[in-house]
Amino acid sequence: MRAVALVLTLLLFWLVLSGHYTLWLIGAGIVSSIAIAAFARRMAAIDDEGHPVEWLVGAITYWPWLLWEIVKATWDVVKIILSPRLDISPTLIRVKASQKSSVGLNIYANSITLTPGTISAALSSTDSTILVHAVTQDGAEATAEGTMDRRVTAYEGRAK
Amino acid sequence: MMFAASAAIMIWLALAVVRALRGPTVFDRLVASNSIGTGAILLLAVFGFMTGRPEFLDIGILYALLNVVGTIAVLKFFRFGDLGHRGGEEPD
Amino acid sequence: MEMAQHIAAYLFLGIGCLLILIGGFGINRMPDVYTRMHAASVSDTLGAILVLFGLMIEAGPTLVALKLAIIILLLLFTGPVATHAVARAALEVGVKPLLRTRDGKPGKGIIEPDGSVTPWKD
Repeated sequence: MRAVALVLTLLLFWLVLSGHYTLWLIGAGIVSSIAIAAFARRMAAIDDEGHPVEWLVGAITYWPWLLWEIVKATWDVVKIILSPRLDISPTLIRVKASQKSSVGLNIYANSITLTPGTISAALSSTDSTILVHAVTQDGAEATAEGTMDRRVTAYEGRAK
Repeated sequence: MMFAASAAIMIWLALAVVRALRGPTVFDRLVASNSIGTGAILLLAVFGFMTGRPEFLDIGILYALLNVVGTIAVLKFFRFGDLGHRGGEEPD
Repeated sequence: MEMAQHIAAYLFLGIGCLLILIGGFGINRMPDVYTRMHAASVSDTLGAILVLFGLMIEAGPTLVALKLAIIILLLLFTGPVATHAVARAALEVGVKPLLRTRDGKPGKGIIEPDGSVTPWKD
């Protein structure tokens, strides 16, 4: 099932990149997509981490929310960079992550890094905590509050 | 407008190169080189529009893929001194 | 219609260029590696997205716009991985972060979830 989804994704990628829709080129695309999916299957690379296709549905609501978070965080960092006295208070803080799957933990860590002003510097999956470096103490405390954490966990629930 | 955009991207690239030259640690240089990679993608895209040849975007996609591999390869080489290292254990 | 498309495209391009310039200024202004990463992420995420999105509007509903969308997605997926790798490597090698509290005093170390502070060890 997951392999079929991988073939379709690869074929879509091929079609977008090629731009020429002749029988020969589309046929070559189909053959190579199936071949790559077969190789990936032999390598046991198609699991819920290798091709997490069920996460795509929840992304429709999660990605716009994340984009808006990025816009807000960017505005904060831009104000800091342009302020004459460079008003920074760099903070290292360890935050708890409530996701159960490794894909969910990954999405949370990547979302933290993607928003300017916070970077996930280390994550441990044993006690599921993320070490976050924030450029201001306010940003660090906002991350520790866990709005994004709850959001990603809700997203994880939708991916089941 | 495309011309102004490419000029802005080139100024950004110059600023990143300044940071890459100033260092002081290898990580500063890596952050700068990562920025330079992103800048190269943007410059390729804008340049493709300027000359009316969007084929440059395919090269941009390749750059986006190679950028992260390059950064991680440098980090791995810096850490283990060997790109074929399996990782997971401390270097001796 | 054509005019509105151009204006929207140039608006996004303009804001994006402004953001990448601010990010480039920031990586030269910030005091240490970790804070420089924050400045770099301004230009690498939103700056790049806005420039590419402006180009997408300029291209209209064509294959070119789809390719630009693929570049945006690739940047959004690979960018944080590289940034995280650099930050983690810097921490593991022991590059000391500049820590400061809100009122400008030097920070003590890593704030744990229960509120205690683990001091930074050299």
